[in-house]
Amino acid sequence: MRAFTQWFNERAPGLGVAYKKHMTEYYAPKNFNIMYYFGSLALLVLVNQIVTGIFLTMFYTPTAAGAFDSVQYIMRDVNWGWLVRYMHVTGASMFFIVVYLHMFRGLMYGSYKKPRELVWLLGMLIFLALMAEAFMGYVLPWGNMSFWGAKVIITLFSAVPVIGEQLVNWIMGSFVPSDPTLNRFFALHVVALPLVLLLLVVLHLGALHEVGSNNPDGVEIKKHKGPDGHPLDGIPFHPYYTLKDLVGVGVFLIICAIIIFFEPTVGGFFLEHDNSIPANDLVTPASIKPVWYFTPFYAILRMIPSKGFGVLALLLSIVVLFLVPWLDRGKVKSIRYRGLGYKIALTVFAIVFILLAAIGDDLTPGWIVAIFGANADITTIENLFGRTLVVLYFGFFAFLWAYTFFGWEKTKPVPERVTTHA
Amino acid sequence: MADESINKGRRRFLTASTAVIGGAGLVITAIPFVETWLPSARAESAGAPVTVAIGKIEPGQMVRYGWRSQPVFVVNRTPEQLEWLPKQDPRLRDPDSKESEQPKYCQNATRSIKPEWMVLIGICTHLGCVPDYKGEVKPESFDPNWKGGFYCPCHHSRYDIAARVYQGVPAPLNMVVPPYHFVDDSHIQIGVDPKGAA
Repeated sequence: MRAFTQWFNERAPGLGVAYKKHMTEYYAPKNFNIMYYFGSLALLVLVNQIVTGIFLTMFYTPTAAGAFDSVQYIMRDVNWGWLVRYMHVTGASMFFIVVYLHMFRGLMYGSYKKPRELVWLLGMLIFLALMAEAFMGYVLPWGNMSFWGAKVIITLFSAVPVIGEQLVNWIMGSFVPSDPTLNRFFALHVVALPLVLLLLVVLHLGALHEVGSNNPDGVEIKKHKGPDGHPLDGIPFHPYYTLKDLVGVGVFLIICAIIIFFEPTVGGFFLEHDNSIPANDLVTPASIKPVWYFTPFYAILRMIPSKGFGVLALLLSIVVLFLVPWLDRGKVKSIRYRGLGYKIALTVFAIVFILLAAIGDDLTPGWIVAIFGANADITTIENLFGRTLVVLYFGFFAFLWAYTFFGWEKTKPVPERVTTHA
Repeated sequence: MADESINKGRRRFLTASTAVIGGAGLVITAIPFVETWLPSARAESAGAPVTVAIGKIEPGQMVRYGWRSQPVFVVNRTPEQLEWLPKQDPRLRDPDSKESEQPKYCQNATRSIKPEWMVLIGICTHLGCVPDYKGEVKPESFDPNWKGGFYCPCHHSRYDIAARVYQGVPAPLNMVVPPYHFVDDSHIQIGVDPKGAA
């Protein structure tokens, strides 16, 4: 075996070096907490999506006439087809849960700050690619929500000045979502975007391993190295964090299994009821809304009473996330040592994000009736509530900049080393 | 033997010209790939005109037809509905249909060739949903002063009975009127202008 290893390393010298650099000799801070599970979980879900996706492709028919039936065929006739599809569907929603928590972790501990701006930017690109991937995947079953969702989202591009209409027809390949649309979305969903995602994940990890991981204290462990040249507060990723992450994987898979086996639609959130009806271009579903993970951004679009500005606000709500490393001028990374203002602002931002999701998911009319009675003016109250949330969403970023730029933030002293060292 | 010194200017010129020509080649090669996404000949030919019978549509009733895979609404408007039409003007975003899309011969007070017959593409100008027909002149939950028209369930856009959009809703424009003409009193052809009105 040793002879084989030597023979191999002489012919492919880079692999052993790469394994050491990224696994056994990648020193990660030893004080990772529960928020640090979600990166590795995202990787796990990506693998799940690729494997289940490959198997779904074996049975799916990418035509407007055959797509819906082929999904029913997978669900009813293909051996274990229902399991493979539910794993893929649940995986899609779990992907976003994990990614949103992963991004929130970054905001909590300032993981986007110098020298990790590129890690954040690559992560945001992954998020964008993931949104495109999820949207196109949602269209493939060609249910009525697939069809109308595709139509509404593609029509967003008609807000582009001058070439808007042609752009919409170019994306659809027709005047309505139809065979050409479905075929190209299939190609992008199963070939092009997964390749892009994989490349971006490699770059995201490569950039991270170059600068090293941040941690809940937001201190740079590379500043204090032992005589062996390794950070005093660091431990090798393998075996320490691989084993720790396995615990997270176990808990995560139990949650996923409960969803897949007992409540795969999650009450219409993971799988919408209207998508069990075949696509019909003459009948709109009673309430058109995207799957839950797009609803915060969708609510921003809906609350702006102008098509052009609505689309612009939607776009801006995502673009502004890219700019966070430069909006936040504060030097202190971790929320543990940041000013009270930041703690409150981040909490409000998280609540606003969830409430925007509720509006985008059309949950608010029910709430309004419950609070104000059946005669309440739903539209006015919802608009007032929703527009306040939109202002607060963008307000977070404006506040973040002003708070740090004008030096209003009163930070606590940051320790030299991580706080959990013995 | 050749001169061993490096001509940096020449090297830079060659590098740049190779990059420019190669880049131009890439752009030109990309054009056919980008254009594969345009509507194909098959998609274009699916846009042929259709003739539909409207003789059995009762006053106040709306019937949907398909043209270019789009829903075409035909409404037989009642005198009551028409009576309210001009009174809606102050509440509308584009009462004279100046910004909106319709054939020249339908850019009038009723947005139609014959006042009672409203023909429109039933697609909300906000994000392309199909609005519901709410033809009755009676208070509705979304508008206590409703005088009949169209209501989009997606984002609550409202249109009057001539498909003109109200103010304060997300839709920017009146719904589109397609080209059409009367073949006889009970048939219209959608997709073709009346003779002499092209």
